[in-house]
Amino acid sequence: MVEVSSTLLFIAFIAYLVATFLFGGAVKSSSSKASKSYERWGKLAITVTIIGFLSNIGYFITRWIAAGHAPVSNLFEFTTAFGMLVVGAFILIYFIYRITALGLFALPIAIIIIGYASMFPKEITPLIPALKSYWLTVHVITAALGEAILAISAVAGLIYLLKNIDMTKKSKQRFWIEAVMYVVVLVLGFIVATTSFTLAGYKAEFNYVNKEEQVLTMEYHMPPIFGMNESEAITENRMQPLMEMPPLVNAKKLTVVTWSVIFGTILYILLRLILRKRIAAVLQPFTKKANSQFMDEIGYRSVLIGFPVFTLGALIFAMIWAHEAWSRFWGWDPKEVWALITWLFYAAFLHLRLSKGWEGKKSAWLALIGFIIIMFNLVAVNLIIAGLHSYA
Amino acid sequence: MDKIVCTCGNVNPAGTLLCESCGRPLNKETADKKLVDMRYEGSARRSQTYNKTIIDKVWNFFSSVKVGVWLIVLILVAASIGTILPQVFYVPATTEEDIAAYYERIYGTFGTLYYKLGLSDLYSSWWFQGLIGMLGISLIIASLDRVIPLYKSLKKQKTKRHFSFLKRQRIYGIGNIENGEESISKAEEKLKTMRYNVKREGNALLAERGRFSRWGPYINHLGLILFLFGVMLRALPGFYVDETMWLREGETLYIPKTDGYFLESKEFIYETYSKEESEEVFGDAIDRVGTIAKNYQTNVVLHKGPEGAVAGHLEDLTFEKEAAIQVNKPLKFDNFSVFQMDFRLDELASMTFQLQDKETAESFGEFTINLADPKPVYELSDDAKVEILDYYADFTGFEDGVPQSQSPLPNNPAFLVKMYTPEFPKGETSFVMIKETLEPLGENQHKLAFQSVETRDVSGLTVRKDLTLPILMLGGLIFMIGVAQGSYWNHRRIWIQQLEDGQVVVAAHTNKNWLSIKRDMDAVSEVANLPKYEDQQDEDSKAEKEEGV
Repeated sequence: MVEVSSTLLFIAFIAYLVATFLFGGAVKSSSSKASKSYERWGKLAITVTIIGFLSNIGYFITRWIAAGHAPVSNLFEFTTAFGMLVVGAFILIYFIYRITALGLFALPIAIIIIGYASMFPKEITPLIPALKSYWLTVHVITAALGEAILAISAVAGLIYLLKNIDMTKKSKQRFWIEAVMYVVVLVLGFIVATTSFTLAGYKAEFNYVNKEEQVLTMEYHMPPIFGMNESEAITENRMQPLMEMPPLVNAKKLTVVTWSVIFGTILYILLRLILRKRIAAVLQPFTKKANSQFMDEIGYRSVLIGFPVFTLGALIFAMIWAHEAWSRFWGWDPKEVWALITWLFYAAFLHLRLSKGWEGKKSAWLALIGFIIIMFNLVAVNLIIAGLHSYA
Repeated sequence: MDKIVCTCGNVNPAGTLLCESCGRPLNKETADKKLVDMRYEGSARRSQTYNKTIIDKVWNFFSSVKVGVWLIVLILVAASIGTILPQVFYVPATTEEDIAAYYERIYGTFGTLYYKLGLSDLYSSWWFQGLIGMLGISLIIASLDRVIPLYKSLKKQKTKRHFSFLKRQRIYGIGNIENGEESISKAEEKLKTMRYNVKREGNALLAERGRFSRWGPYINHLGLILFLFGVMLRALPGFYVDETMWLREGETLYIPKTDGYFLESKEFIYETYSKEESEEVFGDAIDRVGTIAKNYQTNVVLHKGPEGAVAGHLEDLTFEKEAAIQVNKPLKFDNFSVFQMDFRLDELASMTFQLQDKETAESFGEFTINLADPKPVYELSDDAKVEILDYYADFTGFEDGVPQSQSPLPNNPAFLVKMYTPEFPKGETSFVMIKETLEPLGENQHKLAFQSVETRDVSGLTVRKDLTLPILMLGGLIFMIGVAQGSYWNHRRIWIQQLEDGQVVVAAHTNKNWLSIKRDMDAVSEVANLPKYEDQQDEDSKAEKEEGV
């Protein structure tokens, strides 16, 4: 069952890759007069996407059966489910608006999210006592669904910005949209770095002294740029850390981040050298066919649809469960706080849009920032700010 | 200020922009605009009308959406700052000094600064709570400022609107149509099938649907206000209890703040996942992580004491129920819940000693000290006994020759004892610790030889009562209803009217989702002969682009 599950996930991953190229074909061919061929590409693309999505759901169900609990209990499982739901939300919005350009950008984001997820330990973990509740299924899936729908608004915003920012003139907006592209490449850098060192089988163990002055062992899977506090190598013939960190800093995580930035930056520079253009400028032609007003509308509607779902899953269900498991419905745990921040942010978004008329570029930027907050809560709060939610 | 009487005869409250009844613009500014602002139907909002007294100014401040958004952003930023370092309640220290020392030791200068600025307890700071309070006030005032006039205006609207109102709608069209009246009738039929609520008044038609979605924002604000009100209620006595208790196996304790309830721990159970039970599925995870906890459980019996029972009196308890408290499965009774929160394994419960002669090892008898409640004297035989002079549960060493205990928990018990034997009827003094004995008043002939120890587990339980929960749940429910109402439905209106000169006018307004109302208009145009409509706002934006604005 476990193997079937992983195979289905792999099939879904490949299907999304193929569908991305098909959407690319659909968007490209539209510039020519042959609108029939455009439709054919588009249909093929969405068909492959749906096949991938079904396979992805197959992964989810088989893993659920194998584990005996909904596969949303660790970082790998949650992030994969999030990627899956982004595709699901895209399919939903696609059938409302029939915009192919949306697929060209939504699918790569789902692919990167699933790719990122698979960098974490993939084995099935049994549930710790705090997670043993049907609220795990209800709370996590609803919250992830809400976040996925909100993510579609960011995709629409991204397309809107790529289309409407003048790439020929220097401007703040041109700089920041390229910065967003750079961050996306950094995530790729993380995936490339992790995969390379895993394939190379890198492992090195160190003893170190933690902030409570206990001696512990830490296993590195990447060459240590930064060493833990008072670290001593256990594994022989391995590189020594270039710099030692104070006990407060988790040097292993810092090393991973640094390698990701190094790989990502090299990747970015290579891309720029090959393409000889800003990445945003390379993507711009793909957004030509997208109607700006439609994109603005999709961005807004997906926030309208996603916001109530997010509230229900990430705040209301979360509070009910927190009261059952931790005896209080709210405890200012970092993950809780960041869910509240996300909620407040989208509340501000809606007020600005409804009352202050923030549409178009302003609204698109806000949608993008909202997605960054969601990803921050997923990535940084889990990995850096440890709290009650750090199960990974 | 005076009320405004419209040409149509309707008397509007002061500050009205569009006549509630016919829609005519009531001042020059509104009349000069190409499109009317339909957000609040041009109704008279207090905040836009009065600005003289302090009350006016406060009202206007809090009714502003701009202020509301600023408050949201400030709270958002403040909340994020509170997550940089752990808050005090997650720090393993209780006294102010210890907490300060903890921040300094773990996080250095930055930690000290964070602590000194009060950021380590940010969420209960006066300014953070003040911001939340201001947001609450803003929710109330901003909602009242809008919902009352909006309600009046929508209730008073007439089917027949003045031309000056129709031509200022975003979706608008005018033209000469043959058989105008017949067309309007056809449109009426079609609109009815599209689940519009259609009103007809001669040659004027108003089709409306989803008006209730206009109340969505105010209903969700009401839910939030109720929620914040519920949170405030916790400060009142009797509404909220948050206590912790440490309960040892075999022990029966009064449950704090309850009405004479007692809890007895039968057993604490701690289980981990074993590889045998699920090798295939969980084996890899267990290999990587090591032990993974499976269950924390305290088997308890709930007792009720007689009327007025207090801690320490365990007589006359009546059995209430048996229960297993697990994480996610609290014990519930009355309005209280008892949660499994923490545990300590193998706390020392009792120690058994033998009084013996050092040289011959001749025994005078054994005795067991209950570490939670040592007896003053243990009689071993007619002429042998041990007197406990002093007990140090958590012995840490001597300070100026005086033994110290850092807590009442038996982590490292030590005893100052006097041993009475036939040879020494006046007693020999000894200081007994784990693995070591001191003889402060000179060498003794007898000693307490350690025999055995018994341990027991301790359950850390949280006792909670929260009478505000139903209010919070209701607030959450109302919020969700309001949000769904406002997000998933929209208020659409279509006006069709034949003017006196015979021309037919169509106009439409929706509070959101303009694509859909255009689709509705197109569907009506298919069956009824109506003038073509235009999206006047879209043209505006086109014009703006041409002018390079």
